[in-house]
Amino acid sequence: MNREKLIEKTFFLIACSALFLLALITVFIFKEGIGIFLKIGFAKFIFSPDWAPSQKQFGLFSMIMGSVWITIGALIIGVPLSLSVSIFLAEFCPKKIARILKPAIELLAGIPSVVYGFIGVVILAPLIREYLGGPGLSVLAGSMVLAIMILPTVISISLDALHAVPKSYLEGSLALGATRWQSVYMVIIPAARSGIIASVILGMGRAVGETMAVIMVSGNAVRIPHSILEPVRTLTSNIALELGYATGMHREALFGTGMVLFVIIMILNTAAYVFTKRKVRK
Amino acid sequence: MKKIFLLICIIFILSCNSNSRKKTLVIAGSTSVQPFVEGLEEMYIRKNKTAEINIQGGGSSAGIQSAISGTANIGMSSRHLSLDEEKQLKIIPIAYDAVVVILNPRNKIDNISLEDIRKIFSRKILNWKELGGEDKEINAITREDGSGTRGAFQELVMKETPISNACMVQDSNGSVREIVKADPWSIAYISLGLVDKDVKAVKIDGILPDRAAVKEKKYNFMRPFLFVHTGELGKDAKDFVDFVLSNEGQNFLEKEGLIKVGTTP
Repeated sequence: MNREKLIEKTFFLIACSALFLLALITVFIFKEGIGIFLKIGFAKFIFSPDWAPSQKQFGLFSMIMGSVWITIGALIIGVPLSLSVSIFLAEFCPKKIARILKPAIELLAGIPSVVYGFIGVVILAPLIREYLGGPGLSVLAGSMVLAIMILPTVISISLDALHAVPKSYLEGSLALGATRWQSVYMVIIPAARSGIIASVILGMGRAVGETMAVIMVSGNAVRIPHSILEPVRTLTSNIALELGYATGMHREALFGTGMVLFVIIMILNTAAYVFTKRKVRK
Repeated sequence: MKKIFLLICIIFILSCNSNSRKKTLVIAGSTSVQPFVEGLEEMYIRKNKTAEINIQGGGSSAGIQSAISGTANIGMSSRHLSLDEEKQLKIIPIAYDAVVVILNPRNKIDNISLEDIRKIFSRKILNWKELGGEDKEINAITREDGSGTRGAFQELVMKETPISNACMVQDSNGSVREIVKADPWSIAYISLGLVDKDVKAVKIDGILPDRAAVKEKKYNFMRPFLFVHTGELGKDAKDFVDFVLSNEGQNFLEKEGLIKVGTTP
C-alpha cells in the first residue's frame, strides 16, 4: 500500500513538472518581452507597420497581417480537403482502404517541416513564378505548404468527432428514407459540428505556429501584402530570422513578438477547448 | 532490461565527463566567415590529430556576443565592431572579403550603375526594363537586420539610402544564393568568396568584382573578416589563430576567393 502511494505521488510530481515548465516559459517570455510594450506603447507596437530594428522602429502590424493572410489561405485550401477526407474515411470508405489511408495521413504529420519547406522552394515556388507571376516565394506558396501541414491535425480530430456521433443517428435517418449522403450532410455533420470546428481551430493554431517551412517559402519581406503573390513575413519567421543577431531593444521586441504569438495561440486553444466541451454536454 | 538501461545511463554519464575534460575550442559567429574557417579547420585537424574545434554559425553579432560572454573562445565577425564592442575585445583580421551583387545567369544585364543598385534595393526601380532588360519585375533579396553582410552592404554600397522593407529576406548567404540560382529575375548580394558558377557577379559602374580588381583597388566594396576574443587566448586557440595567419592558411583563404591580410589595408 505504501509503495502504491509512493508511485502515485511520484507520477503526480512528474505531471506537475510539465505544468511547472509551462509556467516557467510563460514567465520567461513575458519577463523578457514586457519591456518593449512599456517603452514603445502597446498600440504602437501592435499597430505600427514599420519594422526597422536598426532605426529603432518596432511595429508588428505587417507581421500580424502576414500571419493572418497565410493562415487564412492555409485554411481555405486545407479545410475543405481535410474535411472531405475525414467524411470519406468516417462514412464512405471501405475498411480495407481505410487501413492504408489512415496511417498514410498520420505519416504526413511525421515529415519534418524543413522537408515541406524544401519541396516548397524547389517545386512550388518556381511553378508559381512561372505560371502566376511574382517572385514565387509568396503568401500563396506559404499557404499551400501550410495547408498540407495542417491536414493530419484537422483530419484526425474531425474524424474522432464524426466517429463519436451515435450510430443510431445514421440508422434513424436512413430508416426515414434519406440517402446515405443526405444523412451524412444533414444529420451526422451537424451533430459533429462542434468537434469539427475544434479541429479547424487547432489546425489554425498549427498554421500560426509553424516556422521553418514558412521562412523558406514565403519570402519574408516586412510589408503588408496586397496580393497573394507577394512575399510576406509571419510573426514566427520574424523571431526565427532575427533572434540570432538581436541585442537590447531588438531582442525585447522579438520576445514581445513571442508574447503576441503566445496570446494568439492561447486564445485559439481555449476556443477549441470550449467547442469540444460543448460536444460532451450534448 | 534494467541492466541495459543502467548501462546506457553509465555510458551517457561517462561520455559527458570525457567531453568536458578534453577542451574543445569553440569558434562562433558570422555565416560568411564560417565556411572558410571550416575549410581551415579541416586542414588544421589533418596536421594536429588531437585538436578539437567546434565551429558554429549564428551571425556576426551573435559571434561577438558569445566571445564577450565566454560561450565561444573566438568570435567570427564580418563587420566592423561598434565602439562599445571594441572596448571589450581584441581584434584579429584574418582576411578581407568583397561584397558583390549577384544575378541569375539567365539575366542578360551585366552592368549596373551604383546609383541604380541603390534604387533597386530601396525599391525605386521595380522592373528590369528600366535598366534595359526584359519586362519583368525585379525580385530583390536582402539579408535580415543584424547580419554582417547586410551591415557591410548598407555601409559600403547603399550608404545613406535605406534598404526597403519590401525586399525579400533570407537568413544566410547560402539560401540567398539558392534563391538567385532558381529565380531568373532576382538580385541579391553575397561574399565574393561564395560566388559560384550558378550565379553571376554583376559589374558595378563597369568594374567586374573579381580578385584582380579587388587587388588593384578598383573594386572598393570590401570588408574585413575578423576573429575577436577577450584577450587571453588559450594554447589551443593561439595555435589555431597562428595557423590561420600562417602562409599556408592565408594561401588557402586566397584560393577560396578571399584577400590575404597585409595585401589590402
